[in-house]
Amino acid sequence: MNTRGFRSQLKDSVPVAGLCPQGAYGVQDTLRSGFTSVKNELLPSHPLELSEKNFQLNRDKMDFSSLRNIQGLHAPLKLQMEYKAARQIQRLPFLQSSHLALDTLRGNDECIGFEDILNDPAQTEVMGEPHMMVEHKLGLL
Amino acid sequence: MATLSVCQPPPGGFSFDNCRRNAVLAGEVAAIGLGAPAARKTGTTICGIVFKDGIILGADTRATEGMVVADKNCSKIHYISPNIYCCGAGTAADTEMTTQIISSNLELHSLSTGRQPRVATANRMLKQMLFRYQGYIGAALVLGGVDCNGPHLYSIYPHGSTDKLPYVTMGSGSLAAMAVFEDRYKPDMEEEDAKQLVRDAIAAGIFNDLGSGSNVDLCVITKGKVDYLRPHDEANKKGVRAGDYKYKRGTTAVLTKTVFPLKLEVVEESIQTMDTS
Repeated sequence: MNTRGFRSQLKDSVPVAGLCPQGAYGVQDTLRSGFTSVKNELLPSHPLELSEKNFQLNRDKMDFSSLRNIQGLHAPLKLQMEYKAARQIQRLPFLQSSHLALDTLRGNDECIGFEDILNDPAQTEVMGEPHMMVEHKLGLL
Repeated sequence: MATLSVCQPPPGGFSFDNCRRNAVLAGEVAAIGLGAPAARKTGTTICGIVFKDGIILGADTRATEGMVVADKNCSKIHYISPNIYCCGAGTAADTEMTTQIISSNLELHSLSTGRQPRVATANRMLKQMLFRYQGYIGAALVLGGVDCNGPHLYSIYPHGSTDKLPYVTMGSGSLAAMAVFEDRYKPDMEEEDAKQLVRDAIAAGIFNDLGSGSNVDLCVITKGKVDYLRPHDEANKKGVRAGDYKYKRGTTAVLTKTVFPLKLEVVEESIQTMDTS
């Protein structure tokens, strides 16, 4: 139930229109995103966009809170520690890692969903520039 | 200064990048007066029934795109697992992809548990997925199968609600089919009577609903055996032309007739093979 009304539908970060346009080379891509307007920047383009973006997060929160209620505080703490450890061993930032340990912990190794079939991140046509990505990750940027 | 290229790859799954553009385009097209292309739907009659030994699922075979029949013989009864089948109504792509995803998930699950999958598991997976997408996936399904607990029949709506019943119908022809079921259904019917009842229900949908047509497909699921009868009954055969539009010689009176023979000689003969691959 959406009891908080309109406010809960805003996107998390609110970029000001015109200052950070999303098109290539920093120019507003009028063909794809239409003219800039405050409404376009603030509201999501589809009702499902926000719920899909936060789906994994919300599911984890729900699972951890029910685990805490059933088994005590140690259960979610231990699991979160394991998730944090699994998230730290990945490939270099500009390469795709398989997230095998993380998937096994979450139980996603026995499931197939739309995130495996559509828009597979391992097959994107764009790649961040390696030097920039590593500097960004190390905080040198 | 060149723009920085630090990009996070998209997380996978549905991408909403083009939604705004599509909304603007739809508005522009509506202002001109044309119509946007319609998704292919299966305006449909699908139904299922529990009989003495198991489940019978029935479906028609017409797929429509707006007011045009896109496919005269499409298959609406999808495989989920060797003992579970599912009929789909609504957007054709949605039902197809949904049943394939659930079929894969159920196979992985049954390999992990080492047991034959249950219909309730498939039902639970389908309803959780459809509820997650809040009805934007337009798939209305009739799920039926026989597992260790006996025969089960579920109807699943696009927003994620399900019903477990002895006889269900879905689709645009569901009212016509349900009328037949309400009149003649009895619990624990024999297989032949049950097949005739399902055939009549689908035929009622075919003849009384514009969105359903062509043939009747049946799927009889019993413990250990599945009969996929496609087509069970060709209710609408395309007719053979009875007459001929050519006029007989002599219909118009001939006044004069002159014949000029043309003398041609063959100069060159060459053969060119067609690429018929």
